[in-house]
Amino acid sequence: MDAIILQILNGLDKGSAYALIALGLTLIFGTLGVVNFAHGALFMIGAFCAVTLSRILTFSHTVIDETKKDFLGNPLKVEVPYIYDIFGQATGDVIIDWAVPISILFAIPVMVAIGFAMERGLIKHFYKRPHADQILVTFGLAIVLQEIIKYFYGANPIPTPAPAAFTGSFDFGAMLGFDPNTIIYPYWRLVYFAFAAVIIGAVFAFLQFTTFGMVVRAGMADRETVGLLGINIDKRFTIMFGIAAAVAGLAGVMYTPINSPNYHMGMDFLVLSFVVVVVGGMGSLSGAVLAGFLLGVLESFASMAVVLETLPGINQIIIYLVAIIILLTRPRGLMGRKGVMED
Amino acid sequence: MSNSKLTRRGLIKTGAVAGAAGLALPTYLRADGHAGFLNAPAGSTVTLGFNVPQSGPYADEGADELRAYELAVEHLNGEGDGGMMNTFTSKALKGNGILGKKVEYVTGDTQTKSDAARASAKSMIEKDGAIMITGGSSSGVAVAVQALCQEAGVIFMAGLTHSNDTTGKDRRANGFRHFFNSYMSGAALAPVLANAYGTDRKAYHLTADYNWGYTTEEAVKTSTEAMGWETVNAVKTPLTQTDFSSYIAPVLQSGADTLVLNHYGGNMVNSLTNAVQFGLRDKQVNGKDFQIIVPLYSRLMAKGAGANVKGIFGSTNWHWSLQDEGSKAFVKSFGTKYGFPPSQAAHTCYVQALLYADAVERAGSFNPCAVVEALEGFEFDGMGNGKTLYRADDHQCFKDVLVVKGKENPSSEFDLLEVVEVTPVEQVTYAPDHPQFAGGSLGTCNPGA
Repeated sequence: MDAIILQILNGLDKGSAYALIALGLTLIFGTLGVVNFAHGALFMIGAFCAVTLSRILTFSHTVIDETKKDFLGNPLKVEVPYIYDIFGQATGDVIIDWAVPISILFAIPVMVAIGFAMERGLIKHFYKRPHADQILVTFGLAIVLQEIIKYFYGANPIPTPAPAAFTGSFDFGAMLGFDPNTIIYPYWRLVYFAFAAVIIGAVFAFLQFTTFGMVVRAGMADRETVGLLGINIDKRFTIMFGIAAAVAGLAGVMYTPINSPNYHMGMDFLVLSFVVVVVGGMGSLSGAVLAGFLLGVLESFASMAVVLETLPGINQIIIYLVAIIILLTRPRGLMGRKGVMED
Repeated sequence: MSNSKLTRRGLIKTGAVAGAAGLALPTYLRADGHAGFLNAPAGSTVTLGFNVPQSGPYADEGADELRAYELAVEHLNGEGDGGMMNTFTSKALKGNGILGKKVEYVTGDTQTKSDAARASAKSMIEKDGAIMITGGSSSGVAVAVQALCQEAGVIFMAGLTHSNDTTGKDRRANGFRHFFNSYMSGAALAPVLANAYGTDRKAYHLTADYNWGYTTEEAVKTSTEAMGWETVNAVKTPLTQTDFSSYIAPVLQSGADTLVLNHYGGNMVNSLTNAVQFGLRDKQVNGKDFQIIVPLYSRLMAKGAGANVKGIFGSTNWHWSLQDEGSKAFVKSFGTKYGFPPSQAAHTCYVQALLYADAVERAGSFNPCAVVEALEGFEFDGMGNGKTLYRADDHQCFKDVLVVKGKENPSSEFDLLEVVEVTPVEQVTYAPDHPQFAGGSLGTCNPGA
């Protein structure tokens, strides 16, 4: 029982990341009709927003310390962050420690701008082209973005820790009456799950309860009619692209303490997120979220040692296996609507 | 890239004609000793092929390997301060290239994929006329390229490869490894671990699901069990895994008090980071503090895990903080040229390049079979690992192994590991037919022509 609760918890944070990326993918697909293979790259760029901000915060000048020696025996050059000079060391350390949460503020404008640039600069030229062309061009874009990041940040993962207040883990086992240590869960992953829930809730609320959201939903249902009513739906869809990019970027920012970001982290999530979208049902936002969590939890279960002993290798195929079963029984996915991508 | 006026085909034909003439001596002892084998350097230069990961997840390690090779080429050609050539016990190298021929090089990108690595090695051998291939940062690649070099008839000086199989079941006559291996890591680590954590421990292994992971798990398991440890479970994790939480969460439930991460590169960074996040190291199990072990450490990779490596034991082939004359000389010339200390990957590659050049000088020929003969059973010192033997039976170097620990108070971004013990070579030596290395045979050397 405790093992099952543990794996459900585990699936939740992975599911959160899948759900956030898949939500953005579905938003773009539902509004613009584009299958955006560069969405994983947006997740990765979000993560590098956090890396960049921590670098900016620790931007330093060198002070030569004559009392210490470096590896070649020369006087040691000590790096002193400028932020120490501005706020003093104590406050400076707190700000540097909280770099990841602060990056949220930094990432939103950056990601929205990148989203706008991508949509206006490249993707809009592919609306009338077949899906295969869109896939090729966005996939190519993903590789370009990835190589740019590698050029500036290198290929190795870059540690970007969570604030010290969130290190360690919470003992659910002790709380639920199991033996202590049996169900432990890191604080930051709980934060990630809560953060994802807030973002998902905010996106739904935005679409449901604002006039802008209502127009977008109307546009998703019948683009031509909305256009005939004199509404510039294209402009709104561009804004939605920016929002989708920001959602993926924020998912990336908050993910950095979980796994040190590297240039190919986006690709690792991209394929799975597409499976999530398809399982959830193309164009269905709630389907994407549901399937994200479902597949996240299933993947966790499949990695349990007991399961692996009976079915070796199941951890690597479980998601695809479930996808096949769901598509065979419900060809439109869990919550897919009729007529999406069926023309 | 080769400046030779003869074409490769022309050379092969010459060799074939000479061979047909029925010379009684082995080809490499004939005439000037510069013909009768593949890519024999005919002009005033010789071309070496540096096959390193220039793209993909190990690109940073590959870049450091390339820096080391460039430094080695400088030193071989008599430029710079000479580095380890001044401390190397063999004095055959004169700083005038190799056998008087200026050293040139071509590079290939392994991408850390076996097929890409084979393709780039093949192109360097066939198009650029490389006489020797060296480099790499993965055992899968090393085994694949070594087999290719054997078929083609050039020498392969392996870069960073730690799997037992490279000089075990997949050993080849044309291939040589200076880097240590899984068995040696296990043998060196076990006594240190028993000393630090006691002989009554329950270990849980997470193992990367490929060749290197298996041999490392087997080696660490065997040597720690011999010390009295019990292995509770060993779970394979996919190489592409990035989030290890679902593998790490059940560790505490299993009753284990030690976690062994048979992971390298990005896998190691992520699994270690996840394990620390889960607070495993703050836990008490069976009345003991929970411990994590990383059998193969790389400083470049440890950097990615940040503060998480503090206090964690592992092993490494070499570390820049060593104070022997060879290491000091190498760190000085590398550090002066590039501004930071070299990695263990850079060290092994630099040493391999020098060892190859030295073997050619001593043999008086570039013929691969002559080089094999010169390297087999070769004993040397002054290259940073103390007295070292290139064993003839399997072409593996035998030398001291470093047991290291993540430093608690690093003084710089390079100062991540501290050497806790230098395990003497006797303790890590094994028989050539040891079960973990069984099933391979060197075969005979192939000069290619």
